[in-house]
Amino acid sequence: MTTTTDEVRDLLATHCFTRDMPDEYVERVVAHAELVGVPAGTTLFREGQPAQQLYLLVEGRVSIEMHVPGRGEQVVDTVEPCETVGWSWLVPPYRWFFDARATTDVRTVQVDAAALRALAEDDPGFGYALMRRVAAVMLERMQAARLRLADVYGNPQP
Amino acid sequence: MTAASAATAAPASSALDLREFRVTQRRQDTRDTATLSLAPLSGHPLDFSAGQFTMVYAFGVGEVPLSISGDPAGGKPLLHTIRDVGGVTHTLTRLRRGDVVGIRGPYGHGWDVTDGRGGDVVLVAGGIGLAPLRPALLQILAHRSEYKRVVLLYGTRTPEDVLYADELEHWRGRFDLEVEVTVDYGPPQWRGKVGLVTSLIPRAGFDPSTTLALVCGPEAMMRYVGSALVDRGVPRRRIRLSMERAMDCGVGLCGHCQLRELFVCVDGPVFGYDRLERLLWLREV
Repeated sequence: MTTTTDEVRDLLATHCFTRDMPDEYVERVVAHAELVGVPAGTTLFREGQPAQQLYLLVEGRVSIEMHVPGRGEQVVDTVEPCETVGWSWLVPPYRWFFDARATTDVRTVQVDAAALRALAEDDPGFGYALMRRVAAVMLERMQAARLRLADVYGNPQP
Repeated sequence: MTAASAATAAPASSALDLREFRVTQRRQDTRDTATLSLAPLSGHPLDFSAGQFTMVYAFGVGEVPLSISGDPAGGKPLLHTIRDVGGVTHTLTRLRRGDVVGIRGPYGHGWDVTDGRGGDVVLVAGGIGLAPLRPALLQILAHRSEYKRVVLLYGTRTPEDVLYADELEHWRGRFDLEVEVTVDYGPPQWRGKVGLVTSLIPRAGFDPSTTLALVCGPEAMMRYVGSALVDRGVPRRRIRLSMERAMDCGVGLCGHCQLRELFVCVDGPVFGYDRLERLLWLREV
């Protein structure tokens, strides 16, 4: 399912990743984006595959999973509306480190990663705006991962 | 209240009196947590406010402070949800119907949930921290029309560690209560959210300007929840946290639960974030 540019523009105007981006920059993103519907259970990408898209989640839930031999797929995080899926598209070798699966019906704005990288190379202002947003997502996820490593709900040691 | 003033406010001896309660029901909540339903051997049921705690004595083993997890409406059984983390709690979680324990209290200042009337209330619980918040939620639900939006955000370790799972399911089915649950680690069959409880705060449906926030969980979690609620716009004085410390006497005499200038047993266990924020970021206090 794909939709019009106007609809994508409206969605990006309110999405947490792009809503405070200058209009001029948003327009550049819109030019390389499409709104996609993904049925529940669909795998968006798998670990090791080329990271070719930035996903800006609009509706539904996506689980970030890792296959652990003997334990199956382990859900390490979930992504909710107004959040983004993945940043491996920004940094070489541009391959996903985890699997991503729609656990509900999902609507997501998909942005072509190669085009975003090219835009960032051409215009450092755009690149910085993009990097700040990706860095914020990375920081939030890293802090969350560290807090979970601390296992604060675990049994206190005697 | 300072240590000195706590001492001057030494309670009457009756505040230290031990009453005997019989276990009338035991429910295994999770692999390491059980809820005991208790009835007094004589006299009236225990009156308490949501957020208060008692000192529970396992005869011959020892005494621990435990938050009350039951309904604060009068005449109900006394409920304690207990996690097996040490010698006394290990004994308590293995009691059976008919066994007797000693109870002192109730002690401390509770949530004062009526301060939230006319506005939104958000309850943020982590792990076993849902137990002290349950009485507050039951009180709010019993007077539901007096509050606007009510939101429960609950984070725990795994789906197997979710406390009061049946009740959460029931609450989630209500039209006048928003319930969000997240876990740190999710197996493939888990369809809910995986992530920190703080991640639920930005999207939860409450108006920060009218919100009373009640928070209970591990201290590390409460530090970040407090920050996230402030970031969302909830005034510090409208954020309340329930602290856990090694309460011993329960009445502000022994100082074992001292948190710098505060006695958790008598000044708390529920404190305003405006009072507690600075202390939460001090190490080894």
